[in-house]
Amino acid sequence: MSLAHDARVAVRPAAMAQRPARAWPEVNNPAAWIVVVLLLIMPLIASGFFLIEIFATTLILGIMALSLMFLAGYGGMVSLMQLTIAGFSAYMVAVFGISGNANISLGWPWWLAVPMALALATAFGTLGGALAVRTEGIYTIMITLAIGAAFYYFTNQNWAIFNGHTGINNVATPHFWGVNWRADIPFYYVVLAVAALCYFAVEYLSRAPFGLALQGVRDNPRRMAALGFNVNAHRIAAYAFASFVAALAGVLQVWNYRQISPGSVSVGACIDVLIIAVVGGITRPIGPFIGALIFVLLRTFALDFLVRLGLDGNRFRLLIGLGFLAIVFWSSDGVIGLWQRWRQSQRPRNDRQGGGRGHG
Amino acid sequence: MDSVAQRLSAVGAGAALELRGVTRLFGALAALTDVTITVRPGERRAVLGSNGAGKTTLFNCITGDFPPSSGTIRFFGEDVTHFPPYERIRRGLRRTYQISALFPGLTVQDNVYLACRGVSRGRFSFLRPGQNDALMHAADNLVQAVHLSAVKDQRVAELAHGQQRQLEIALALAGAPRFVLFDEPAAGLSPTERAELIDILTSLPAHIGYIIIEHDMDVALRVVESVTMMHNGRVFKEGLPEEIQSDPEVQELYLGGGHE
Repeated sequence: MSLAHDARVAVRPAAMAQRPARAWPEVNNPAAWIVVVLLLIMPLIASGFFLIEIFATTLILGIMALSLMFLAGYGGMVSLMQLTIAGFSAYMVAVFGISGNANISLGWPWWLAVPMALALATAFGTLGGALAVRTEGIYTIMITLAIGAAFYYFTNQNWAIFNGHTGINNVATPHFWGVNWRADIPFYYVVLAVAALCYFAVEYLSRAPFGLALQGVRDNPRRMAALGFNVNAHRIAAYAFASFVAALAGVLQVWNYRQISPGSVSVGACIDVLIIAVVGGITRPIGPFIGALIFVLLRTFALDFLVRLGLDGNRFRLLIGLGFLAIVFWSSDGVIGLWQRWRQSQRPRNDRQGGGRGHG
Repeated sequence: MDSVAQRLSAVGAGAALELRGVTRLFGALAALTDVTITVRPGERRAVLGSNGAGKTTLFNCITGDFPPSSGTIRFFGEDVTHFPPYERIRRGLRRTYQISALFPGLTVQDNVYLACRGVSRGRFSFLRPGQNDALMHAADNLVQAVHLSAVKDQRVAELAHGQQRQLEIALALAGAPRFVLFDEPAAGLSPTERAELIDILTSLPAHIGYIIIEHDMDVALRVVESVTMMHNGRVFKEGLPEEIQSDPEVQELYLGGGHE
């Protein structure tokens, strides 16, 4: 054990001299470039159904799960209210903007309603975070789940703003420069641009002082305080950032479905975001998008598949649940963890890296 | 209340660290009772005592990890009794932990960089450090000072125990420390590593004072000029290393009567 360790220490310095951890890992990865090109030319390949129902939906769910990945993977804080923040943002777009429910919506143009929704949802998530950071581990999960459940029941019962269980329908989507931005192809590119922005922001931030300090807080909050960091302020700032990311996803979500109702912010949906993030892997920002793709594919096609096998189509959640169990059982960092391990087993022995990033 | 007057009167006192009647209770158990200690700037002192004597609790009270139940703590004249830990650290206090308290998911370099960042501005910066980042250079120098340059891009979880202890010290020396609390820095080190540790401690700039908790008398008495002996949460004896070593009461309590 210690001999192998020493050998590796001796081999590595030359290879590590250019500090690969600090560079963008994607730039030299041909597979990443193929994915980028594929995503960019997707409207040429895919039909409108695939473009929106599969890829845009995947990216939107991926952004929500990315906000959870940022908190859980870098900050060690499992927040179950990320979907609630997105839902809050979606409701605010509907309430401040234009919708079929003229008695509720204020009729602001989208370029006023969206910043308002983002600001309010970020404030909402930051406040929730300020409550949650006073707790650790399972209590963080409980308090954020409680916020999510409270919001769900509140939207169900409040008619003045949230229009009760019917929700707000026919939400207007942006039209400008002569483009209907909710038409399939423009909307796909809007979603792709926002998803790319969020992905690279999280990736970039992970190596910036704020992100590094957040990982320090994850690994050892007490020591962070003994290094001069205000740990709770750091955690709350992380919630603020993650809330903004989730709020962006919420805006896209309400434009996607053109309506928002309590069903979209149910407790089950909150947990779906957790499943997506965990299945994909919460150690790297690509994980949530992979998880979201698996989730959306299963949700869309498992029904037909199960029916063809002569089973009840509504059992697609059983498939998701079994997949979730299998992945959590075999790999603590999701599909990307499995992938990384497979890649390492393909490499010559002395070239191995340290494996996936540990998390708490 | 009259904190301005208190601060002004205390500035003249000139002590680096001044504890007055510090008591720390855990429920009914008094881990520290009425501890009064004054340490000059630049002074190097050992705290000795058997297990449960209250040495680490003393450190936790000084850094604010656990606030004292009563008593006052002044750091360079300023009353820091009710300050959170990070405010004390930003004023030049540092500490190491008995059981290494590092960031296993990050590299050695990032660990030290965080320590440098913690005592300077830009803790919340969204911008990655550039090629000529001053703090990155400071971190490089610290990594070199504790002989960890060869492993600086390795994750801390992969380091050997001795290397982790060295990193533990590097984290406490980031920025401009004025006073350091070393909690058993030699724990689990080999004789060679102990020699290196003594080297690091004796080569610290003269203005940096410290308190060291150390069971190994060979290490402790070679790097300090004064000794505080603790027993059952109280200060039992204070004096020069020779005095403490030759004190019959101390010998009976600690140096001789070890195993039960």
